[in-house]
Amino acid sequence: MSSSHDDVVHHSADEAHDAHEHHDHHEHGPAPGLMRWVTTTNHKDIGTLYLWFSLVMFFIGGAMALVIRAELFQPGIQIVDPMFFNSMTTMHALVMIFGVVMPAFVGLANWMIPMMIGAPDMALPRLNNWSFWIMPFAFAILLSTLFMDSGGPAGGWTLYPPLVLQMGDSFAYVIFAIHFLGISSVMGSINIVATIFNMRAPGMTFMKMPMFVWTWLITAYLLIATIPVLAGAVTMLLTDRFFGTSFFSAAGGGDPVMFQHIFWFFGHPEVYILILPAFGIISSIIPTFARKPLFGYDSMVYATASIAFLSFIVWAHHMFTTGMPLAGELFFMFSTMMISVPTGVKVFNWVATMWKGSMSFETPMLFAIGFVIMFTIGGLSGLMLAMTPADIQYHDTYFVVAHFHYVLVPGAIYSIMAATYYWLPKWTGNMYDEKLGKMHFWISTIFVNVLFFPMHFVGLAGMNRRIPDYSLQFADWNLVASIGAFGFGFSQLMFVWIVVKCVKGGEKATGEVWEGARGLEWTVPSPAPYHTFETAPDIGPASVTR
Amino acid sequence: MRSSPKSSAWRAPLRAPLPAPLPAALLRLAVLLAGGLLSGGAFAGWDELNMPTGVTSVSEEVHGLHMLIFYICCAIGAVVFGIMIVSMFLHRKSRGAEASDFHESTTVEIVWTVVPLVILIAMAIPAARVLIKMEDFSDSEMSVKVTGYQWRWQYEYLDEGISFYSALDAEQNAARQQGADIDLDQFGDTYLRDVDNELVLPVGKKIRFLHTAADVIHSWWVPDFAIKKDSIPGFINENWAKIEEPGIYRGKCAELCGRDHGFMPIVVRAVPQEEFDAWVAEKQEEMKTAEAATTRHWSTEELVAMGETVHGQSCVGCHQAQGQGIPGMFPAIAGSEVATGDVSAHLATVMNGVEGTSMTAFRDALSDTELAAVVTYQRNAFGNETGDAVQPLAVKELRDGKGGEVIRQSLLSRPGPTTAELDIDVSGVN
Repeated sequence: MSSSHDDVVHHSADEAHDAHEHHDHHEHGPAPGLMRWVTTTNHKDIGTLYLWFSLVMFFIGGAMALVIRAELFQPGIQIVDPMFFNSMTTMHALVMIFGVVMPAFVGLANWMIPMMIGAPDMALPRLNNWSFWIMPFAFAILLSTLFMDSGGPAGGWTLYPPLVLQMGDSFAYVIFAIHFLGISSVMGSINIVATIFNMRAPGMTFMKMPMFVWTWLITAYLLIATIPVLAGAVTMLLTDRFFGTSFFSAAGGGDPVMFQHIFWFFGHPEVYILILPAFGIISSIIPTFARKPLFGYDSMVYATASIAFLSFIVWAHHMFTTGMPLAGELFFMFSTMMISVPTGVKVFNWVATMWKGSMSFETPMLFAIGFVIMFTIGGLSGLMLAMTPADIQYHDTYFVVAHFHYVLVPGAIYSIMAATYYWLPKWTGNMYDEKLGKMHFWISTIFVNVLFFPMHFVGLAGMNRRIPDYSLQFADWNLVASIGAFGFGFSQLMFVWIVVKCVKGGEKATGEVWEGARGLEWTVPSPAPYHTFETAPDIGPASVTR
Repeated sequence: MRSSPKSSAWRAPLRAPLPAPLPAALLRLAVLLAGGLLSGGAFAGWDELNMPTGVTSVSEEVHGLHMLIFYICCAIGAVVFGIMIVSMFLHRKSRGAEASDFHESTTVEIVWTVVPLVILIAMAIPAARVLIKMEDFSDSEMSVKVTGYQWRWQYEYLDEGISFYSALDAEQNAARQQGADIDLDQFGDTYLRDVDNELVLPVGKKIRFLHTAADVIHSWWVPDFAIKKDSIPGFINENWAKIEEPGIYRGKCAELCGRDHGFMPIVVRAVPQEEFDAWVAEKQEEMKTAEAATTRHWSTEELVAMGETVHGQSCVGCHQAQGQGIPGMFPAIAGSEVATGDVSAHLATVMNGVEGTSMTAFRDALSDTELAAVVTYQRNAFGNETGDAVQPLAVKELRDGKGGEVIRQSLLSRPGPTTAELDIDVSGVN
C-alpha cells in the first residue's frame, strides 16, 4: 500500500462523511506536532493517549510481577531483599489497578462512548484533557518513591496501618500520587456521566444504549461514590503519619480496623469498577461474532445495576479474620453470595447469545470467549471465598491470589485486549494481522493458566501470600507458575507488535469492519474521522444501536 | 521436632526439592514434565494440594464445607462450559449455521435466577451452621494469649503463668538470608516451618486463644485447626480449638507484617494431658531459673555470647548480621552514633523503639537479660569496641521504674562493673 493511496482513501472517507452529514462547517483536523497531544480536547486523541499510557504501564507493572515470580522461582532468597519484594507486590497492584485497567477502560470510554451514542465529543473536553494529563505526573511521583532513600510503599496496596505508617518520608509522595489519581478518576467519571446524560443523539433512549455505555455509566457512579472515601482514608493515614493524629492507632484511641472498613468500602466497589466495563465490552463483541442480538438486554442492564448496588454492602468479606461479630459475618456472607446471582445472569446471557448463533472466531471473539470461561472460573472461586468458614482458611493465601488474578487478568485484561482487536480497525482504518492475533490469544491463554492455575493448589495447601520465600513442598508449583509468568509476560510483546503493525498499515478496513456488527460506531468510515456526529445521526430501532 | 507423628498438610516432601541454580532447576522441570505429570508420581499427591482435613471437629467441618462448595462449583462449571462448547461446535458459521434471532425469554431468565438462588440457600445453611459453631467460645477450659511481634510470637498461658517467645529456628533463619550458601534440602519439608520454642498444648481440651499484637497487625493461622485470626495492636480477638490428636501442627503468620512476614512460623505440639502437665512443671521451673539469672552478675563474655543469639533473632532482619544495615532503609549499627554513644540512649532506643520507623519497641519482646545482652553485644561487636557492658539487673531496675541512677553508674563504668560495685549500687537502691 503506497502512502498516497492511504491519503486518497482517508480523504475520500472524510468527504463521504461530510457529504453524508450535509455539514457546511469546515472539518478541521488535529493540530500539527507534539503539542497536539498536550493541548488536545478531542475525545479520540485523549482516548488514544489513555490507551498508550495504559500499555506502557502494563509493561512496567508486568516487569514488577516478573521480579516477584523470579524471586519465587525457587526456594531461598536469591534476587531481591524481602523489603524490595514487598515493594514490588505493592507497586505491582497499584500500577496494574490504577495505571493499567482503569486508564484502559477510560480510554475505551473516551473513544467509544461519544461514537456509540451519536455525540460529537465528550461533554467536558477540557476537563477531559486534565483528567488524562494528571495521570502521568501522578505515576511519575508514585514510581519515583522506588528510587528514594526510604523506598517505595511496601505495606501492600491495601495500605493497612499500622504497618504502612512505618514507611519513611516517601510515604507522603505515595499519598499525594493516590490523591492525584483519584482526582483524575473522578473528573473522568463526571465527564462520562455528563456525556451520557446530555449528549445522546435524539432518539437514543437509555434502553437503546449499547451495553458498554450502560456499564460505564454505572461504573462512573461507583467511582464518584467511592474515590472520595479512599481519599478520606489516605488523608487520615497522612495525618496519622505526619501530624500526630491517631485515627488508626489504638494507643491514641483510634482503631486500625476502622481503616480496613473505610478502605474496603472503596475497595470492593473498586473491583467492580475493574470489571463492569469489561462486561460491556463482552456484551458488544459476542453478539457481533455470533451474528445474533444480545440475549436479555434488559436483564443485563438490571444485573449490572444490582451488582453495583450489592458491591456497596459486601465490603467486610475482605475482613472475616479481623474479629467481627457473628451477625456481621453472617450478613456479609449472605450479601456476598447474592452477587453471584446477577453475575450468573450475565454469564448465562452470553452463553444464550452464542446459542444458535452463526459464530466465527476472529481474535476479539477468542478473547471474549476466553474471558467468559476464565472469568467464570474466577467467579466460582469467588463463590467459594464467600463462605465465611472456608474463607477463614483461604484468606491471605495463594488461593485468593489465584482468584483475583483469574478475574483480573483473563478477565479485565482479556476484555481490554478483545476491545482493542475489535475496535482497532475502526481507530486505524487498517485490519490487524489476524494470524498473529490468534497466535497471541492462544499463547497468552496457555501461559496465563500455567501461571495462575497452580496457585489454587499451593494456596489450599497452605502457602500464604506476600512472602518472598516458601517451604520446599511448594517448590514445584511455584516453578511452574514462574514459567507461566515469563511466558505470559513476554508473549505480550506480540500484542505491541500487532498493534504497531496495524497502526502503520495493513489491509484497509471497511466502515462496518465486522459482518455482524451493530451500533453507530460502525456507521462512520474507518478510520473514524477526527470529528464524528457533528450533526446528530438518525436513531432507528434499538437493533441499530446495540 | 522434625520427626512429626502427624503433620497432615506439611506431610512428606513431594520429592527431594532443591534450591538449585537455574540450569538445575530447568532440568528438574524437564524431568517433572517428562515423567512426573503423566504418572502423577512426581508432584505431590492430591492431599498435599488441597485444604487439610485437620484435627479438630471444626476443621473437619470446614473441610467438608470446602469440598461441598468445590463440587457444586465444578458442577456449575461443567454445565455452563459444556453448553458453551457444544454451542461453539454446532453453531459456527463455518459449519453453515444460520443465526436465529431470539433475544429474550422471560421464563428462561426467571429459571436461571431462581435456580442459583436455591443452590445458594443450600450452601448458606451448612456454612452458617459451621460459622456459628466456630464463634461459640463458651466453656473453654484453658486460655492462651498470643501476641504478634515483628517477627515472632509470644505465648502466655494465662492460668499456668508461663510466658515465652517463639521465633523461626536459628539455622533456618541463617539459611534463608540472601546470599547464604546453605543447602535447604537438609531441612526437608519443614524449611521455614520450625521454631525455637514450640507452643505445647493438651489434646481434648477446649482451648481459647486470645490474639493481640505489639506493633503491626499479624494473623495467627494454623490450617489443621482451621483457625486464623488477626492479631491487632490495642485489641483482643479470640478463637478456639479442641485438638483431637496428638501431633505437630504447623502454621504461619498470614497478614503482611513487614520485611520478615514470611519468616514467622507457628509450631504447635499437641500432647496428652499428663505430658502437658509435666511440661508445664518443667517450664515453670525454667522460668524461675531465668528470673534468678536476672539478678546475678554477668560477665561481658557471657553477655556478648547471648547477645549474639538475640541479635541473630531479633535484629538481624533489618540491621543485618554484621550490623551494616541496609543503606537507605535500615540504619547500620556498626559505627553508629547510637551504638557508640551514650549507653542509656542505646538501651532506650532498643526498649522504646523509634516512632515513625520500623524500629519497634523491644521492651516487652525481650527479657531483661536479653535486652542487656543484645545492647552489650552491639556495643562490642562490628568494630564498635566500646567495652561497655549492661547488667540484666540494671535493665530490670529501669523497667521497674526505679534506680535510674544505678543504671547510669553501672553502665558508664568501663570496662564493665565489678560484682562488688554492682552489688553496692543495687543494695543502695533496695
